[in-house]
Amino acid sequence: MKRRTLLSAAAALPFAGLACKRLHKFPFGGELLGTSMEMGHFVRDGALPQPESYEPIGVIIVGGGVAGLSTARHFEGVGFHNYLLLELESEVGGTSRSGRNGVSAYPLAAHYVPAPTKELTNLVKLLDEAGVIEGYDSAGEPIFAEQYLVRSPDERIFFHGQWWEGLYLHAGESPEEARQYSAFFKEIDYWTLWRDAKGRKAFTLPRSKGSDDPEVRALDSLSFKAWLDARGFTSERLLWLLDYAVRDDFGSRLETTSAWAGIFYFAARKQGPGEESRPMLTWPEGNGFLIHHMQKVCGDRIRTGHAVTRLEPQPDGTVRIMAWNIRENRPVGFLAQRAVFAGPVQMAGRVIPALQKARGKTFFEAFPATPWLVANLTLRSRPSEHGFPVAWDNVIRQSNGLGYVVATHQSLRDHGPTVWTYYHALAGPDPKADWLKLAAMDWRACAELVVNDLKRAHPDIESQIARLDVMRWGHAMIRPRPGLLWSSELALSREPFLGVHFAHSDLSGLALFEEAQDHGIRAAEEVLDRISLPFAPASERRSGGFPGAASLK
Amino acid sequence: MDEVEATASLPAVEGAPLNASLLFISVFLIAACGLIYELVAGTLASYLLGDSVLQFSTVIGVYLSAMGLGSYLSKFINRGLAQRFVDLELAVALVGGFSAPILFMAFAHTHAFRPTLYGIVAAVGTLVGLEIPILMRILKDQVRFKDLVAQVLTLDYIGALAASLLFPLLLMPKLGLVRTSLLFGMLNAAVGLWSTFLLKSQMGDLFMVRLRCAVILVMLGLGLAGAHKFTLTMEEEVFSDEIVYAKDSPYQRIVMTRGRGSFQLFLNGNLQFSSADEYRYHEALVHPPFALNPSAKRVLVCGGGDGLAVREILKHTNVERVVLVDLDPAMTDMAANMPLMRELNGSALADPRVKVVNADAMMWIADDRSESPFDVAIVDFPDPNAYALGKLYTTRFYKLLKQRLAPGATISVQSTSPLMARQSFWCINATMEAAGFKTRPYHLAVPSFSVWGYILASQQPFEIPHQTLPDLRFLSNDAMAAMFAFPKDMDRVPTEINRLDNQVLVHLYTREWKRWS
Repeated sequence: MKRRTLLSAAAALPFAGLACKRLHKFPFGGELLGTSMEMGHFVRDGALPQPESYEPIGVIIVGGGVAGLSTARHFEGVGFHNYLLLELESEVGGTSRSGRNGVSAYPLAAHYVPAPTKELTNLVKLLDEAGVIEGYDSAGEPIFAEQYLVRSPDERIFFHGQWWEGLYLHAGESPEEARQYSAFFKEIDYWTLWRDAKGRKAFTLPRSKGSDDPEVRALDSLSFKAWLDARGFTSERLLWLLDYAVRDDFGSRLETTSAWAGIFYFAARKQGPGEESRPMLTWPEGNGFLIHHMQKVCGDRIRTGHAVTRLEPQPDGTVRIMAWNIRENRPVGFLAQRAVFAGPVQMAGRVIPALQKARGKTFFEAFPATPWLVANLTLRSRPSEHGFPVAWDNVIRQSNGLGYVVATHQSLRDHGPTVWTYYHALAGPDPKADWLKLAAMDWRACAELVVNDLKRAHPDIESQIARLDVMRWGHAMIRPRPGLLWSSELALSREPFLGVHFAHSDLSGLALFEEAQDHGIRAAEEVLDRISLPFAPASERRSGGFPGAASLK
Repeated sequence: MDEVEATASLPAVEGAPLNASLLFISVFLIAACGLIYELVAGTLASYLLGDSVLQFSTVIGVYLSAMGLGSYLSKFINRGLAQRFVDLELAVALVGGFSAPILFMAFAHTHAFRPTLYGIVAAVGTLVGLEIPILMRILKDQVRFKDLVAQVLTLDYIGALAASLLFPLLLMPKLGLVRTSLLFGMLNAAVGLWSTFLLKSQMGDLFMVRLRCAVILVMLGLGLAGAHKFTLTMEEEVFSDEIVYAKDSPYQRIVMTRGRGSFQLFLNGNLQFSSADEYRYHEALVHPPFALNPSAKRVLVCGGGDGLAVREILKHTNVERVVLVDLDPAMTDMAANMPLMRELNGSALADPRVKVVNADAMMWIADDRSESPFDVAIVDFPDPNAYALGKLYTTRFYKLLKQRLAPGATISVQSTSPLMARQSFWCINATMEAAGFKTRPYHLAVPSFSVWGYILASQQPFEIPHQTLPDLRFLSNDAMAAMFAFPKDMDRVPTEINRLDNQVLVHLYTREWKRWS
């Protein structure tokens, strides 16, 4: 730890102390989980013994989140198996990881994907493989299996002492508030219909397929708040809904979110004006369902518990990789034809010293990420409540948290024990300070925060909790601040660096499954193009045969 | 009171002078208590057994004759009258105070309601019969005999008047039977405790006696605090008939009411059946799928924890196994054990062919691997008035159910009222069709409910059934055919399909039934 960060950690301590001043004994236990912070420090300090030898291999994928697994799955799909995926944690999945106990499986973070239209081919293919798609309609649009679409009711909000259906409270709305609500969605309709000269939509998933027209890009130069102000949106209800939306999807506030990202959230999920947003696909274990599927496809080419400490790209395009096998406590080395770095951009700077040097410090500072606290509460039975019945997503209006998702909602278990996943994005203006604050909190402080928030809607919640596990995410989501999404840094981050290719949702500036998958597949294709060029044309390779692969084994 | 002053001025013959005026207040109170127990027993017997004239006559008869017995027995009590009087109060407090909860429990859980009823009435009557003679003997040396008789009997009758007015006007509406009986039990015990002060000079170990009083007061007080387990007074105002059984299970509130010669079962306030016409409902639910599939051996019942559908199923002699999947063990236990329910369902759940599974039916049909495919399935869930019930009427549910059926299997589904909730009814039909079933909707009148609807379905096309078992109460071959004709005001309307991700049925159902409430 540097001196400065240590000092700010010390400054954050009173906050943690405050949270546990009331020494309340909880009638339940739990664990404080987190990403492997110690190994993270190893990686940063680089003070580990060198490996004795470097095993030659086709490709090394660094990082087993959605991006890295998508690269690996793409390799498998074209019959290329000469690769290894190295993952720091004991499980792959990154922020899509999940847990399971005697009551239910549950997400540790990401918990849904919007049901894709046929244009989102990669995601449609993955969902089809995983058994989520039952067939296709006459227009070629996928038909999703009922049990994977979010079961109704999907959302409710706690306000004025009771629960209400939906996230926007229409009850008690003034005529002006109603006008602003529909005016906002008219603005969204404009962008849903908008096409550039090439016929591309302004906002689409993945964003790489959307328009780069100056009219669209201009939206990135101001904050969502400034955009709303300019259009006279003052309705407190509407602004709350929009602020909630960006906190939930981007971990930022109206003031710290690019207007481009804010509009993207609403417009990219509609097919036409006035239409409902795309339905959601979800599973009790959240996106862990898709992770398990991708993991299965990759078989034994995944190495968990491997902390990559150094990537040294060689002038000939090969890459020397040093890693630490945590279980066996020994260094391992690889000499790869190519490497795919599928971790956060800031992390790339730490493990690729040459990249740090080449791109400079300011480049990496352009990628701030929001820390998150995610807690899983195992409940003995359902707590008492008033108003609209329990939904999938349950949001408390007067709270900084994002509410909770019921893991058993999708498994149809409506009585008795359940698991709730509580989300809290630390969306303050300074993510680094927020992370130090969160990192300094012990289990009790985290549990107090969670329980006190939930007590607003469920006064007897404490007596129902059997267990409360807390997950702290340092880098949960890249923050799409104004200016990032069309910045030179973001464009540069996608460019390969010698033999190292990059894949991560950071590279889109939006922490979305579709973006991570898009980059994972793009990186896989880039790598396959380079290493197989002398052996086979691309068309042959994509059809499944991959003659070049043999020579690399 | 002039008389009181007069009596107080008389010289005491034995021990310290007693405060006779205060003891006369006891007479008033114990008289009121005695009558309350009698009224509680008579009312309770009328609710539970019907025929209030018979119940009140027999209760009063037994009670008065027991009082006579008590008065006679008083002559065998010779020593320690004050001590005996306190003991007597405590005994009345216990037996009378707990009489209503004991009788409710005896009704719900034993076959011996009548013996318990008359046993309690006789015991309370005997004890109450002992009270006045003993009290008079305590006072006989304090007050002139003619005054004593006049005062005691006056207060005895005034107490009875007070009780007889309080009971119907205040106690029953505000407290209900259980709380009333417990409260008056406490009053009796309080009189006992108070008497230890009034009769101090004539008593021995005051500490032990007072301790006994305190213990009994606390017992009755705890009973009063827990009285909501038997009935809720609020609820008694909601239901048109008297509540004879109520229980909160983790899943729902089960309430049984009794009145007008029948009894009714409510889940979360929604009527499930009335014993007066449930045969119509259950015959129509069960026999049509058997009419299409008379050799069916394996039957699945989803919901239907009251065992009444199983009673009809077991009339088909080919049936070898019935699996009943109902969420709530409290419901199936009640159907298996409560005498009243067993009488109605013919002890169907005790039949060796029947297996009861307590599980969410949707999760069970998805997860169970132990049962082979079924030839007939009877789907008898509560109406879809909540999302947790709406899921049991979705394409997903019917598709899962399909996977548990043998080739040629037939099913029937209770589908709310096609008259009161026409769109809901046809929504269920459309949903079953979307899940791949061929359907034949039908209906009949169930007076307690309304016109009621069901869907008969199979995976293969089929004709309307024409034959059913002989000796049913409602269904005949002609009645069977008639059920499948829909008059214009109940005929098919286009609807959406109910899916897990839209739950349109819950919205439709709530909207349609709101018009009738």
